[in-house]
Amino acid sequence: MHIAEGFLPPLHAAGWTVVAAPFVVHGAREVRRLVRERPDARLLLGAAGAFTFVLSALKLPSVTGSSSHPTGTGVGAIVFRPPVMALLGTVVLLFQALLLAHGGLTTLGANVFSMAVLGPWAGYGCYRLLRRAPLAVAVFVGVAVADLATYVTTAFQLALAFPDPTSGLVGSLARFLGIFAVTQVPLAVVEGILGVLLVRALRSWAGPELAGLGRVGEPDVREETVDA
Amino acid sequence: MREHRTTLVLVVLAVAVVLGCFLVAGNVGYGGTDGAATDAITATDPGYQPWFEHLWAPESKEIESALFALQAALGGAVIGFVFGTLRERRRRRAPRTGGDRGHEEVHG
Repeated sequence: MHIAEGFLPPLHAAGWTVVAAPFVVHGAREVRRLVRERPDARLLLGAAGAFTFVLSALKLPSVTGSSSHPTGTGVGAIVFRPPVMALLGTVVLLFQALLLAHGGLTTLGANVFSMAVLGPWAGYGCYRLLRRAPLAVAVFVGVAVADLATYVTTAFQLALAFPDPTSGLVGSLARFLGIFAVTQVPLAVVEGILGVLLVRALRSWAGPELAGLGRVGEPDVREETVDA
Repeated sequence: MREHRTTLVLVVLAVAVVLGCFLVAGNVGYGGTDGAATDAITATDPGYQPWFEHLWAPESKEIESALFALQAALGGAVIGFVFGTLRERRRRRAPRTGGDRGHEEVHG
C-alpha cells in the first residue's frame, strides 16, 4: 500500500502530511503516557511494534498474480488502542522509506494516514462493535479490517490524486481498488488468523501485563467454548 | 491439550490460505501491487512525472530482498525476546501467589 516516492502531486502530499501529523503527535504522547503508567507493558509494546515490523516486511503472493504485504497494525490497535499504532506504524514506514526505498518521504503522510491511522481505527472500531461476539472472532475481524481498510484508503488517496480523464473519480477508484483491495483480501485473512494466534499467546503468557488493557486483558470463560 | 489443538488448526489454516494463493495464481513472476499502482498512475496520467527521488535506494533486487529479510528478522528477534522474557516472568511468578507485580524486576 505504499505510494511510491514522488507519486503524489505536491499539494496532495502536503495535504495528507498535515492530516496525519496530529495523529502521530497524539500517538507519541499516548505511548509516553503508557510507558509511564504501565512500565510492565513496555514488553508488549515492543511485541506490537515488532509484529508490524515482521508483517509489513513479508511480501506474499495473492490470487491476483501480484504480491502485497500485511500491515500488522491491527493487533496493537486492539491491545493498546489505535493512537499507539500511529507512532509505531510511522516508525516502520520511515524505516522502509529511508532504508528500503519502499514508500517515500513525500508520500509518508499519505502512507501514515492509511496504515497507521485509518487502518488501526477501522479495525479497532469493528473489534469494539463485536464486543458481544467471542473474543477470537472480534480479534480476527478487527485485525483483518485494519489490514483491508489500509489498502482501501490507499486506493482512495490515489483516485483522488489521479481521477480518470473519462470516468472520473469513480472509475479511477474502481481501478485502484482492483489493484489493492482484491489482492489484499486473502492477506487480510492470513493476518487475521495470525492476530488471533498472537492474542491467544499473549493471553496465556502475559496475563498480568495485559491486565487493565481492555477486553484482551480480561479472563473470558466464554472464549474457550468457541472454535475460531 | 485443546488449547494446543486450536493453535495448530489456526497455523494450518494460515499456511493453507498462503499456499492456496500460490495454487490459484500459479507461480508466475509476482509484481508488487505498489508497482502496479505506479503503472496505473502512468496509464491514467501519461504526463505525470514523479517530482521527488529516493535519497537512497538499494543497488539491486538482491540487496532489497536482503533488507526486507533484515526487517523481518529484527521484528522476529524482538518478538522472540519478548516471549522469552514473558515465559521467564511467568515461571518466576508461578511458585508465589499469582498477580504479584510488586517484586517485578526491571527488564530492558
